[in-house]
Amino acid sequence: MTVAAARARRRSRQLRQLVAAAPFVLPSLALFCLFVFYPLLRSIWLGFHATDPFGRREVWVGIDQYRDVLTSSDFRHSLLVTGQFALYTVIGSTGLGLYLALLVHRRLPGIILFRTVFTSTVASSVAVSSVMWLLLLNPGVGVLNYVLGQGGVPGANWLTDPKWALPAIAMTTVWMNVGLATIVILAGLQNIPEELYESARVDGAGPWSQFVHVTLPALSPTLLFVSTVGVIFAFQSFGQIDILTKGGPLDSTTVIVYSIYREAFLHYNVGLASAQAVVLFVIVLLLTLVQFVAAQRWVFYR
Amino acid sequence: MKHSPLRIAARIVASLPVYALLLASAAVILFPLYMTVVDSLQPVTKLLTYPPDFWPGSPQWSNYRAAFTDIPMPRYMLNSLIMASVITLGQIATSILAAYAFSFLRFPGRTIIFFIFLSTMMVPWEASIIPNFQIIQRLNWLDTYQGLTVPFLATAFGTFLLRQQFMTLPAELKDAADIDGYGNLRFLFFVVIPLSRAAVATLAVFSFLQSWNQYLWPLLITNDPHMRTVQIGIASLQDQEVQRTNVVLAGTVIALLPMLFLVVAFQRFLVRGLTAGAVKG
Repeated sequence: MTVAAARARRRSRQLRQLVAAAPFVLPSLALFCLFVFYPLLRSIWLGFHATDPFGRREVWVGIDQYRDVLTSSDFRHSLLVTGQFALYTVIGSTGLGLYLALLVHRRLPGIILFRTVFTSTVASSVAVSSVMWLLLLNPGVGVLNYVLGQGGVPGANWLTDPKWALPAIAMTTVWMNVGLATIVILAGLQNIPEELYESARVDGAGPWSQFVHVTLPALSPTLLFVSTVGVIFAFQSFGQIDILTKGGPLDSTTVIVYSIYREAFLHYNVGLASAQAVVLFVIVLLLTLVQFVAAQRWVFYR
Repeated sequence: MKHSPLRIAARIVASLPVYALLLASAAVILFPLYMTVVDSLQPVTKLLTYPPDFWPGSPQWSNYRAAFTDIPMPRYMLNSLIMASVITLGQIATSILAAYAFSFLRFPGRTIIFFIFLSTMMVPWEASIIPNFQIIQRLNWLDTYQGLTVPFLATAFGTFLLRQQFMTLPAELKDAADIDGYGNLRFLFFVVIPLSRAAVATLAVFSFLQSWNQYLWPLLITNDPHMRTVQIGIASLQDQEVQRTNVVLAGTVIALLPMLFLVVAFQRFLVRGLTAGAVKG
Protein backbone atom coordinates (compact mmCIF):
# COMPACT_ATOMS: atom_id res chain seq x y z
CA MET A 1 0.00 0.00 0.00
CA THR A 2 1.35 3.42 -0.87
CA VAL A 3 1.75 6.25 1.64
CA ALA A 4 -0.85 8.31 -0.15
CA ALA A 5 -3.39 5.52 0.02
CA ALA A 6 -2.72 5.01 3.72
CA ARG A 7 -3.16 8.71 4.34
CA ALA A 8 -6.38 8.75 2.36
CA ARG A 9 -7.67 5.84 4.41
CA ARG A 10 -6.77 7.62 7.62
CA ARG A 11 -8.52 10.72 6.40
CA SER A 12 -11.68 8.89 5.59
CA ARG A 13 -11.60 7.05 8.91
CA GLN A 14 -11.28 10.36 10.76
CA LEU A 15 -14.10 11.80 8.72
CA ARG A 16 -16.29 8.82 9.59
CA GLN A 17 -15.43 9.31 13.27
CA LEU A 18 -16.33 12.99 13.10
CA VAL A 19 -19.61 12.24 11.39
CA ALA A 20 -20.39 9.66 14.06
CA ALA A 21 -19.50 11.98 16.95
CA ALA A 22 -21.17 15.12 15.60
CA PRO A 23 -24.75 14.35 16.69
CA PHE A 24 -23.49 13.73 20.22
CA VAL A 25 -21.31 16.82 20.61
CA LEU A 26 -22.94 19.40 18.38
CA PRO A 27 -26.09 20.14 20.43
CA SER A 28 -24.04 21.29 23.41
CA LEU A 29 -21.34 22.90 21.30
CA ALA A 30 -23.85 24.93 19.29
CA LEU A 31 -25.57 26.15 22.45
CA PHE A 32 -22.23 27.12 24.00
CA CYS A 33 -21.23 29.04 20.88
CA LEU A 34 -24.51 30.92 20.73
CA PHE A 35 -25.05 31.63 24.44
CA VAL A 36 -21.56 31.67 25.94
CA PHE A 37 -18.74 32.35 23.48
CA TYR A 38 -20.45 34.69 21.05
CA PRO A 39 -21.99 36.82 23.86
CA LEU A 40 -18.65 36.97 25.64
CA LEU A 41 -16.90 38.23 22.50
CA ARG A 42 -19.73 40.63 21.87
CA SER A 43 -19.44 41.98 25.43
CA ILE A 44 -15.78 42.74 24.73
CA TRP A 45 -16.77 44.36 21.42
CA LEU A 46 -19.53 46.45 23.02
CA GLY A 47 -17.04 47.57 25.65
CA PHE A 48 -15.12 49.33 22.88
CA HIS A 49 -18.22 51.37 22.02
CA ALA A 50 -19.84 54.27 23.80
CA THR A 51 -23.61 54.44 23.86
CA ASP A 52 -25.38 57.80 23.65
CA PRO A 53 -27.82 58.69 26.45
CA PHE A 54 -30.77 57.31 24.46
CA GLY A 55 -29.15 53.92 24.05
CA ARG A 56 -29.34 54.15 20.29
CA ARG A 57 -26.04 54.87 18.65
CA GLU A 58 -22.85 53.05 19.33
CA VAL A 59 -19.62 54.91 18.65
CA TRP A 60 -16.22 53.25 18.57
CA VAL A 61 -14.11 54.64 21.40
CA GLY A 62 -11.49 51.90 21.53
CA ILE A 63 -9.75 51.11 24.76
CA ASP A 64 -10.81 54.45 26.32
CA GLN A 65 -13.96 53.11 27.89
CA TYR A 66 -12.09 50.28 29.58
CA ARG A 67 -9.59 52.80 30.89
CA ASP A 68 -12.44 55.01 32.10
CA VAL A 69 -14.10 52.11 33.87
CA LEU A 70 -10.92 51.06 35.61
CA THR A 71 -10.12 54.60 36.72
CA SER A 72 -13.64 55.80 37.53
CA SER A 73 -14.30 56.27 41.21
CA ASP A 74 -17.78 54.74 40.86
CA PHE A 75 -16.47 51.47 39.52
CA ARG A 76 -13.61 51.35 41.98
CA HIS A 77 -16.17 51.92 44.68
CA SER A 78 -18.28 49.00 43.47
CA LEU A 79 -15.16 46.81 43.31
CA LEU A 80 -14.40 47.76 46.88
CA VAL A 81 -17.97 47.05 47.98
CA THR A 82 -17.86 43.66 46.24
CA GLY A 83 -14.52 42.87 47.85
CA GLN A 84 -15.86 43.72 51.29
CA PHE A 85 -18.98 41.70 50.60
CA ALA A 86 -16.82 38.74 49.54
CA LEU A 87 -14.74 39.04 52.70
CA TYR A 88 -17.80 39.10 55.00
CA THR A 89 -19.63 36.27 53.26
CA VAL A 90 -16.62 34.00 52.83
CA ILE A 91 -15.47 34.31 56.42
CA GLY A 92 -19.05 33.92 57.62
CA SER A 93 -20.12 30.93 55.59
CA THR A 94 -16.81 29.06 55.71
CA GLY A 95 -16.49 29.59 59.47
CA LEU A 96 -20.09 28.73 60.23
CA GLY A 97 -20.00 25.83 57.76
CA LEU A 98 -16.89 24.41 59.44
CA TYR A 99 -18.53 24.71 62.86
CA LEU A 100 -21.74 23.02 61.72
CA ALA A 101 -19.89 20.29 59.81
CA LEU A 102 -17.72 19.50 62.85
CA LEU A 103 -20.85 19.40 64.97
CA VAL A 104 -22.61 16.81 62.82
CA HIS A 105 -19.49 14.80 61.95
CA ARG A 106 -20.14 12.16 64.60
CA ARG A 107 -22.21 9.06 65.14
CA LEU A 108 -25.18 9.81 67.33
CA PRO A 109 -28.82 8.81 67.23
CA GLY A 110 -30.74 11.42 65.27
CA ILE A 111 -27.66 13.04 63.75
CA ILE A 112 -29.07 12.59 60.24
CA LEU A 113 -31.90 14.91 61.20
CA PHE A 114 -29.46 17.64 62.19
CA ARG A 115 -27.42 17.13 59.03
CA THR A 116 -30.59 17.63 57.04
CA VAL A 117 -31.49 20.79 58.95
CA PHE A 118 -28.01 22.30 58.61
CA THR A 119 -27.83 21.67 54.90
CA SER A 120 -31.45 22.64 54.21
CA THR A 121 -30.74 26.28 53.35
CA VAL A 122 -29.44 25.05 49.98
CA ALA A 123 -33.08 24.82 48.99
CA SER A 124 -33.70 28.50 49.55
CA SER A 125 -33.40 30.78 46.54
CA VAL A 126 -32.03 34.27 46.67
CA ALA A 127 -35.55 35.69 46.30
CA VAL A 128 -37.08 33.50 49.01
CA SER A 129 -34.22 34.21 51.42
CA SER A 130 -34.37 37.94 50.81
CA VAL A 131 -38.12 38.13 51.36
CA MET A 132 -37.74 36.14 54.58
CA TRP A 133 -34.92 38.31 55.90
CA LEU A 134 -36.63 41.54 54.94
CA LEU A 135 -39.08 40.73 57.70
CA LEU A 136 -36.47 39.96 60.33
CA LEU A 137 -34.44 43.07 59.47
CA ASN A 138 -37.37 45.49 59.68
CA PRO A 139 -36.10 48.21 62.04
CA GLY A 140 -39.50 48.91 63.64
CA VAL A 141 -41.26 45.59 64.07
CA GLY A 142 -38.56 43.11 63.00
CA VAL A 143 -37.46 40.28 65.23
CA LEU A 144 -33.74 41.01 65.02
CA ASN A 145 -33.95 44.44 66.65
CA TYR A 146 -36.45 43.06 69.17
CA VAL A 147 -34.11 40.25 70.23
CA LEU A 148 -31.15 42.64 70.38
CA GLY A 149 -33.23 45.04 72.44
CA GLN A 150 -34.07 42.29 74.91
CA GLY A 151 -30.34 41.74 75.31
CA GLY A 152 -29.80 45.45 75.88
CA VAL A 153 -28.08 45.98 72.53
CA PRO A 154 -29.43 48.88 70.47
CA GLY A 155 -30.80 47.77 67.11
CA ALA A 156 -30.05 49.41 63.77
CA ASN A 157 -31.74 50.56 60.61
CA TRP A 158 -30.22 47.56 58.91
CA LEU A 159 -31.05 48.26 55.29
CA THR A 160 -31.23 52.05 55.28
CA ASP A 161 -28.08 52.87 57.23
CA PRO A 162 -25.02 52.99 54.90
CA LYS A 163 -22.93 51.56 57.72
CA TRP A 164 -25.11 48.48 58.21
CA ALA A 165 -26.63 47.69 54.83
CA LEU A 166 -23.73 45.67 53.44
CA PRO A 167 -23.13 43.64 56.62
CA ALA A 168 -26.88 42.98 56.83
CA ILE A 169 -27.01 41.70 53.26
CA ALA A 170 -23.88 39.66 53.93
CA MET A 171 -25.65 38.10 56.91
CA THR A 172 -28.60 36.98 54.80
CA THR A 173 -26.17 35.65 52.19
CA VAL A 174 -24.21 33.69 54.79
CA TRP A 175 -27.44 32.10 55.94
CA MET A 176 -28.26 31.23 52.33
CA ASN A 177 -24.83 29.77 51.54
CA VAL A 178 -24.08 27.98 54.79
CA GLY A 179 -25.94 24.83 53.76
CA LEU A 180 -23.71 24.43 50.74
CA ALA A 181 -20.55 25.08 52.76
CA THR A 182 -21.64 22.56 55.39
CA ILE A 183 -22.29 19.82 52.81
CA VAL A 184 -18.90 20.26 51.16
CA ILE A 185 -16.91 20.57 54.40
CA LEU A 186 -18.69 17.56 55.91
CA ALA A 187 -17.79 15.51 52.83
CA GLY A 188 -14.20 16.70 53.28
CA LEU A 189 -14.21 15.62 56.93
CA GLN A 190 -15.57 12.20 56.01
CA ASN A 191 -12.73 11.76 53.52
CA ILE A 192 -10.00 12.13 56.15
CA PRO A 193 -8.62 8.62 56.77
CA GLU A 194 -9.24 7.36 60.31
CA GLU A 195 -5.63 6.10 60.51
CA LEU A 196 -4.38 9.68 60.64
CA TYR A 197 -6.32 10.21 63.87
CA GLU A 198 -5.22 6.86 65.26
CA SER A 199 -1.54 7.59 64.78
CA ALA A 200 -2.03 11.08 66.25
CA ARG A 201 -3.64 9.50 69.33
CA VAL A 202 -0.78 7.03 69.60
CA ASP A 203 1.51 10.06 69.67
CA GLY A 204 -0.53 11.38 72.59
CA ALA A 205 -2.45 14.12 70.77
CA GLY A 206 -5.55 15.44 72.53
CA PRO A 207 -8.73 16.57 70.72
CA TRP A 208 -7.46 20.12 70.12
CA SER A 209 -4.07 18.96 68.92
CA GLN A 210 -5.78 16.43 66.62
CA PHE A 211 -7.92 19.22 65.20
CA VAL A 212 -4.92 21.50 64.58
CA HIS A 213 -2.48 18.88 63.34
CA VAL A 214 -4.74 16.42 61.53
CA THR A 215 -8.15 17.87 60.71
CA LEU A 216 -7.17 21.36 59.58
CA PRO A 217 -4.28 20.38 57.27
CA ALA A 218 -6.25 17.50 55.77
CA LEU A 219 -9.23 19.78 55.31
CA SER A 220 -7.31 22.72 53.84
CA PRO A 221 -8.03 21.89 50.16
CA THR A 222 -11.74 21.66 50.99
CA LEU A 223 -11.68 24.94 52.90
CA LEU A 224 -9.78 26.56 50.06
CA PHE A 225 -12.37 25.29 47.59
CA VAL A 226 -15.27 26.54 49.70
CA SER A 227 -13.64 29.96 50.12
CA THR A 228 -12.82 30.46 46.46
CA VAL A 229 -16.28 29.39 45.39
CA GLY A 230 -17.59 31.81 48.02
CA VAL A 231 -15.55 34.68 46.53
CA ILE A 232 -16.77 33.82 43.04
CA PHE A 233 -20.38 33.69 44.31
CA ALA A 234 -19.90 37.10 45.96
CA PHE A 235 -18.67 38.58 42.68
CA GLN A 236 -21.80 37.22 40.97
CA SER A 237 -24.30 38.35 43.64
CA PHE A 238 -27.27 40.31 42.46
CA GLY A 239 -30.69 39.14 43.69
CA GLN A 240 -30.34 39.96 47.38
CA ILE A 241 -29.10 43.48 46.51
CA ASP A 242 -31.92 44.05 44.05
CA ILE A 243 -34.58 42.95 46.52
CA LEU A 244 -33.19 44.36 49.76
CA THR A 245 -31.51 47.68 48.92
CA LYS A 246 -31.31 48.30 45.15
CA GLY A 247 -27.68 49.23 45.61
CA GLY A 248 -28.38 51.87 48.25
CA PRO A 249 -28.23 53.58 50.62
CA LEU A 250 -25.64 55.96 49.10
CA ASP A 251 -24.34 53.15 46.86
CA SER A 252 -23.10 51.31 49.93
CA THR A 253 -24.32 47.99 48.47
CA THR A 254 -23.68 48.56 44.75
CA VAL A 255 -21.80 45.36 43.95
CA ILE A 256 -20.39 44.83 40.45
CA VAL A 257 -23.29 42.88 39.00
CA TYR A 258 -25.79 45.39 40.36
CA SER A 259 -23.74 48.16 38.76
CA ILE A 260 -23.75 46.31 35.41
CA TYR A 261 -27.49 45.76 35.67
CA ARG A 262 -28.16 49.41 36.51
CA GLU A 263 -26.00 50.78 33.71
CA ALA A 264 -27.35 48.40 31.07
CA PHE A 265 -31.00 47.99 31.93
CA LEU A 266 -31.94 51.11 33.88
CA HIS A 267 -29.62 53.75 32.32
CA TYR A 268 -29.38 52.03 28.90
CA ASN A 269 -25.64 52.65 28.88
CA VAL A 270 -24.87 49.33 27.22
CA GLY A 271 -21.28 50.18 26.26
CA LEU A 272 -20.19 51.13 29.75
CA ALA A 273 -22.04 48.19 31.29
CA SER A 274 -20.32 45.82 28.86
CA ALA A 275 -16.90 47.15 29.75
CA GLN A 276 -17.74 46.49 33.42
CA ALA A 277 -18.98 43.01 32.52
CA VAL A 278 -15.67 42.23 30.82
CA VAL A 279 -13.78 43.34 33.93
CA LEU A 280 -16.03 41.01 35.94
CA PHE A 281 -15.20 38.19 33.53
CA VAL A 282 -11.46 38.77 33.95
CA ILE A 283 -11.79 38.81 37.75
CA VAL A 284 -13.78 35.57 37.86
CA LEU A 285 -11.37 33.98 35.37
CA LEU A 286 -8.40 34.89 37.57
CA LEU A 287 -10.17 33.60 40.68
CA THR A 288 -10.93 30.33 38.93
CA LEU A 289 -7.30 29.97 37.86
CA VAL A 290 -6.07 30.78 41.37
CA GLN A 291 -8.36 28.09 42.72
CA PHE A 292 -7.10 25.65 40.12
CA VAL A 293 -3.42 26.30 40.77
CA ALA A 294 -3.85 26.37 44.53
CA ALA A 295 -5.81 23.14 44.45
CA GLN A 296 -2.94 21.46 42.59
CA ARG A 297 -0.32 22.80 44.95
CA TRP A 298 -2.22 22.24 48.15
CA VAL A 299 -3.01 18.60 47.68
CA PHE A 300 -0.29 17.89 50.12
CA TYR A 301 -0.57 15.35 52.83
CA ARG A 302 0.96 11.91 52.07
CA MET B 1 -24.35 -6.50 72.80
CA LYS B 2 -23.07 -3.41 71.06
CA HIS B 3 -26.48 -1.96 70.38
CA SER B 4 -28.31 -2.71 73.59
CA PRO B 5 -30.83 -0.01 74.55
CA LEU B 6 -28.84 0.66 77.69
CA ARG B 7 -25.65 1.38 75.76
CA ILE B 8 -27.49 3.69 73.43
CA ALA B 9 -29.12 5.48 76.36
CA ALA B 10 -25.73 5.88 78.04
CA ARG B 11 -24.29 7.34 74.87
CA ILE B 12 -27.14 9.79 74.53
CA VAL B 13 -26.68 10.97 78.12
CA ALA B 14 -22.94 11.36 77.61
CA SER B 15 -23.67 13.42 74.52
CA LEU B 16 -26.16 15.78 76.11
CA PRO B 17 -23.90 18.85 75.74
CA VAL B 18 -23.48 18.03 72.04
CA TYR B 19 -27.24 17.70 71.67
CA ALA B 20 -27.68 21.07 73.34
CA LEU B 21 -25.32 22.65 70.79
CA LEU B 22 -27.02 20.81 67.93
CA LEU B 23 -30.45 21.98 69.02
CA ALA B 24 -29.33 25.58 69.54
CA SER B 25 -27.65 25.67 66.12
CA ALA B 26 -30.65 24.08 64.43
CA ALA B 27 -32.90 26.68 66.07
CA VAL B 28 -30.75 29.52 64.70
CA ILE B 29 -30.63 28.04 61.19
CA LEU B 30 -34.36 27.37 61.08
CA PHE B 31 -35.37 30.65 62.70
CA PRO B 32 -35.85 32.76 59.52
CA LEU B 33 -38.00 30.02 58.01
CA TYR B 34 -39.92 29.60 61.24
CA MET B 35 -40.69 33.31 61.52
CA THR B 36 -41.81 33.38 57.89
CA VAL B 37 -44.24 30.53 58.53
CA VAL B 38 -45.52 32.23 61.69
CA ASP B 39 -46.08 35.55 59.89
CA SER B 40 -47.68 33.80 56.92
CA LEU B 41 -50.37 32.59 59.33
CA GLN B 42 -51.06 35.99 60.91
CA PRO B 43 -53.63 38.60 60.04
CA VAL B 44 -51.76 41.38 58.25
CA THR B 45 -52.32 43.89 61.08
CA LYS B 46 -50.36 41.64 63.43
CA LEU B 47 -47.27 42.00 61.22
CA LEU B 48 -47.07 45.68 62.02
CA THR B 49 -47.27 45.43 65.79
CA TYR B 50 -44.47 45.63 68.30
CA PRO B 51 -43.32 43.45 70.00
CA PRO B 52 -43.39 40.80 67.26
CA ASP B 53 -45.29 37.59 67.87
CA PHE B 54 -43.30 34.37 67.98
CA TRP B 55 -46.40 32.22 67.79
CA PRO B 56 -49.54 32.72 65.70
CA GLY B 57 -52.41 33.26 68.17
CA SER B 58 -55.03 31.72 65.92
CA PRO B 59 -53.42 30.55 62.69
CA GLN B 60 -55.11 32.09 59.70
CA TRP B 61 -54.83 29.24 57.20
CA SER B 62 -56.92 31.17 54.72
CA ASN B 63 -53.73 33.13 53.83
CA TYR B 64 -52.57 30.04 51.99
CA ARG B 65 -55.83 29.80 50.10
CA ALA B 66 -55.55 33.51 49.32
CA ALA B 67 -52.09 32.91 47.86
CA PHE B 68 -53.78 30.81 45.20
CA THR B 69 -56.74 33.12 44.62
CA ASP B 70 -55.75 36.71 45.48
CA ILE B 71 -52.22 36.68 44.07
CA PRO B 72 -51.25 34.77 40.91
CA MET B 73 -49.26 32.01 42.64
CA PRO B 74 -50.68 29.17 40.47
CA ARG B 75 -49.50 30.91 37.32
CA TYR B 76 -46.06 31.69 38.82
CA MET B 77 -45.65 28.09 39.98
CA LEU B 78 -46.69 26.77 36.59
CA ASN B 79 -44.18 29.02 34.82
CA SER B 80 -41.39 27.95 37.15
CA LEU B 81 -42.36 24.30 36.79
CA ILE B 82 -42.31 24.49 33.00
CA MET B 83 -39.04 26.41 32.94
CA ALA B 84 -37.25 24.15 35.41
CA SER B 85 -38.56 20.96 33.79
CA VAL B 86 -37.55 21.97 30.28
CA ILE B 87 -34.08 23.07 31.42
CA THR B 88 -33.60 19.88 33.45
CA LEU B 89 -34.68 17.55 30.64
CA GLY B 90 -32.65 19.52 28.10
CA GLN B 91 -29.52 19.52 30.22
CA ILE B 92 -29.84 15.79 30.85
CA ALA B 93 -30.22 15.10 27.13
CA THR B 94 -27.35 17.30 25.92
CA SER B 95 -25.04 16.20 28.74
CA ILE B 96 -25.68 12.50 28.19
CA LEU B 97 -24.94 12.84 24.49
CA ALA B 98 -21.78 14.91 24.94
CA ALA B 99 -20.50 12.81 27.85
CA TYR B 100 -21.01 9.69 25.75
CA ALA B 101 -18.89 11.11 22.94
CA PHE B 102 -16.13 12.12 25.35
CA SER B 103 -16.10 8.70 27.04
CA PHE B 104 -16.77 6.14 24.30
CA LEU B 105 -16.08 7.70 20.91
CA ARG B 106 -12.75 8.43 19.27
CA PHE B 107 -12.66 11.40 16.98
CA PRO B 108 -10.11 14.01 15.97
CA GLY B 109 -10.12 17.07 18.25
CA ARG B 110 -11.76 15.26 21.15
CA THR B 111 -9.44 16.68 23.81
CA ILE B 112 -9.61 20.22 22.47
CA ILE B 113 -13.39 20.14 22.31
CA PHE B 114 -13.53 18.80 25.85
CA PHE B 115 -11.44 21.74 27.03
CA ILE B 116 -13.70 24.11 25.14
CA PHE B 117 -16.60 22.62 27.12
CA LEU B 118 -14.73 23.04 30.40
CA SER B 119 -13.78 26.62 29.59
CA THR B 120 -17.45 27.63 29.61
CA MET B 121 -17.38 27.13 33.38
CA MET B 122 -15.01 30.08 33.66
CA VAL B 123 -17.41 32.50 32.02
CA PRO B 124 -19.78 33.96 34.60
CA TRP B 125 -23.27 34.21 33.16
CA GLU B 126 -23.48 37.82 34.37
CA ALA B 127 -20.54 38.78 32.11
CA SER B 128 -22.38 37.78 28.96
CA ILE B 129 -25.87 38.73 30.00
CA ILE B 130 -26.19 41.92 27.93
CA PRO B 131 -25.55 40.27 24.53
CA ASN B 132 -27.68 37.31 25.61
CA PHE B 133 -30.52 39.70 26.35
CA GLN B 134 -30.04 41.27 22.92
CA ILE B 135 -30.13 37.85 21.25
CA ILE B 136 -33.37 36.90 22.99
CA GLN B 137 -34.84 40.31 22.14
CA ARG B 138 -33.90 39.94 18.47
CA LEU B 139 -35.42 36.45 18.35
CA ASN B 140 -38.63 37.95 19.78
CA TRP B 141 -38.34 35.58 22.69
CA LEU B 142 -38.94 38.07 25.51
CA ASP B 143 -41.81 36.83 27.70
CA THR B 144 -41.61 33.30 26.27
CA TYR B 145 -40.65 29.91 27.64
CA GLN B 146 -38.02 29.60 24.88
CA GLY B 147 -36.35 32.74 26.18
CA LEU B 148 -36.40 31.39 29.74
CA THR B 149 -34.96 28.00 28.84
CA VAL B 150 -33.01 27.73 25.59
CA PRO B 151 -29.85 29.58 26.76
CA PHE B 152 -29.50 27.04 29.58
CA LEU B 153 -30.03 23.78 27.72
CA ALA B 154 -26.35 22.82 27.69
CA THR B 155 -24.12 22.48 30.73
CA ALA B 156 -20.43 21.78 31.04
CA PHE B 157 -20.89 20.81 34.67
CA GLY B 158 -23.44 18.15 33.72
CA THR B 159 -21.29 16.86 30.88
CA PHE B 160 -18.32 16.62 33.20
CA LEU B 161 -20.33 14.91 35.94
CA LEU B 162 -21.72 12.27 33.56
CA ARG B 163 -18.40 11.75 31.81
CA GLN B 164 -16.83 10.95 35.17
CA GLN B 165 -19.50 8.31 35.71
CA PHE B 166 -19.28 6.89 32.17
CA MET B 167 -15.50 6.50 32.50
CA THR B 168 -16.00 4.15 35.44
CA LEU B 169 -17.84 1.66 33.21
CA PRO B 170 -15.50 -1.14 32.08
CA ALA B 171 -14.18 -0.83 28.52
CA GLU B 172 -15.18 -4.46 27.91
CA LEU B 173 -18.81 -3.39 27.92
CA LYS B 174 -18.23 -1.34 24.81
CA ASP B 175 -16.24 -4.14 23.17
CA ALA B 176 -19.00 -6.63 23.90
CA ALA B 177 -21.60 -4.22 22.56
CA ASP B 178 -19.55 -3.75 19.39
CA ILE B 179 -19.31 -7.52 18.91
CA ASP B 180 -23.05 -7.86 19.41
CA GLY B 181 -23.51 -5.26 16.71
CA TYR B 182 -24.99 -2.60 19.00
CA GLY B 183 -24.93 0.86 17.50
CA ASN B 184 -23.98 3.83 19.66
CA LEU B 185 -27.54 4.80 20.46
CA ARG B 186 -28.56 1.28 21.44
CA PHE B 187 -25.47 0.90 23.62
CA LEU B 188 -26.15 4.30 25.20
CA PHE B 189 -29.81 3.66 25.95
CA PHE B 190 -29.71 0.01 26.97
CA VAL B 191 -26.35 -0.24 28.71
CA VAL B 192 -24.80 3.11 29.67
CA ILE B 193 -27.84 5.00 30.94
CA PRO B 194 -29.29 2.14 33.04
CA LEU B 195 -25.89 1.79 34.72
CA SER B 196 -25.64 5.53 35.36
CA ARG B 197 -29.02 6.29 36.86
CA ALA B 198 -27.57 7.75 40.08
CA ALA B 199 -25.38 10.23 38.19
CA VAL B 200 -28.28 11.26 35.97
CA ALA B 201 -30.43 11.75 39.08
CA THR B 202 -27.69 13.91 40.59
CA LEU B 203 -27.66 16.12 37.52
CA ALA B 204 -31.45 16.28 37.53
CA VAL B 205 -31.57 17.47 41.15
CA PHE B 206 -28.96 20.14 40.45
CA SER B 207 -30.52 21.39 37.25
CA PHE B 208 -33.99 21.60 38.72
CA LEU B 209 -32.89 23.35 41.90
CA GLN B 210 -30.73 25.84 40.05
CA SER B 211 -33.26 26.74 37.41
CA TRP B 212 -36.23 26.94 39.81
CA ASN B 213 -34.21 29.37 41.94
CA GLN B 214 -32.94 31.62 39.11
CA TYR B 215 -33.41 35.32 39.57
CA LEU B 216 -31.52 37.71 37.27
CA TRP B 217 -32.36 36.17 33.89
CA PRO B 218 -36.13 35.75 34.40
CA LEU B 219 -36.19 39.26 35.86
CA LEU B 220 -34.64 40.66 32.67
CA ILE B 221 -36.59 38.83 30.03
CA THR B 222 -40.09 38.73 31.52
CA ASN B 223 -42.28 41.81 31.78
CA ASP B 224 -45.68 40.24 31.34
CA PRO B 225 -46.99 39.25 34.81
CA HIS B 226 -48.31 36.04 33.23
CA MET B 227 -44.80 34.96 32.32
CA ARG B 228 -43.18 35.69 35.66
CA THR B 229 -41.53 32.85 37.49
CA VAL B 230 -42.31 32.31 41.15
CA GLN B 231 -39.05 33.96 42.27
CA ILE B 232 -39.72 37.18 40.39
CA GLY B 233 -43.38 36.98 41.37
CA ILE B 234 -42.86 36.92 45.13
CA ALA B 235 -40.03 39.46 44.97
CA SER B 236 -42.19 41.98 43.14
CA LEU B 237 -45.32 41.24 45.19
CA GLN B 238 -43.59 41.86 48.51
CA ASP B 239 -42.75 45.28 47.10
CA GLN B 240 -46.24 46.10 45.80
CA GLU B 241 -48.69 44.25 48.01
CA VAL B 242 -47.92 45.83 51.37
CA GLN B 243 -51.55 45.30 52.38
CA ARG B 244 -51.17 41.57 51.83
CA THR B 245 -47.69 40.84 53.13
CA ASN B 246 -49.01 37.80 55.01
CA VAL B 247 -50.37 36.32 51.77
CA VAL B 248 -47.11 37.04 49.94
CA LEU B 249 -45.27 35.26 52.76
CA ALA B 250 -47.57 32.28 52.35
CA GLY B 251 -46.58 32.38 48.68
CA THR B 252 -42.92 32.49 49.68
CA VAL B 253 -43.34 29.35 51.77
CA ILE B 254 -45.16 27.68 48.88
CA ALA B 255 -42.29 28.61 46.52
CA LEU B 256 -39.74 27.12 48.90
CA LEU B 257 -41.55 23.87 49.73
CA PRO B 258 -40.88 21.91 46.51
CA MET B 259 -37.15 22.70 46.72
CA LEU B 260 -37.04 21.82 50.40
CA PHE B 261 -38.59 18.48 49.53
CA LEU B 262 -36.11 17.98 46.70
CA VAL B 263 -33.13 18.77 48.90
CA VAL B 264 -34.26 16.58 51.79
CA ALA B 265 -35.40 13.63 49.68
CA PHE B 266 -32.39 13.63 47.37
CA GLN B 267 -29.72 14.74 49.82
CA ARG B 268 -27.56 11.79 48.80
CA PHE B 269 -27.44 12.99 45.19
CA LEU B 270 -26.80 16.56 46.21
CA VAL B 271 -23.72 15.58 48.20
CA ARG B 272 -22.50 13.45 45.31
CA GLY B 273 -22.79 16.28 42.84
CA LEU B 274 -21.16 18.84 45.08
CA THR B 275 -18.18 16.67 45.85
CA ALA B 276 -17.79 15.61 42.23
CA GLY B 277 -18.22 19.22 41.28
CA ALA B 278 -15.16 20.25 43.26
CA VAL B 279 -13.91 21.57 39.92
CA LYS B 280 -16.98 23.66 39.30
CA GLY B 281 -16.94 27.34 40.05
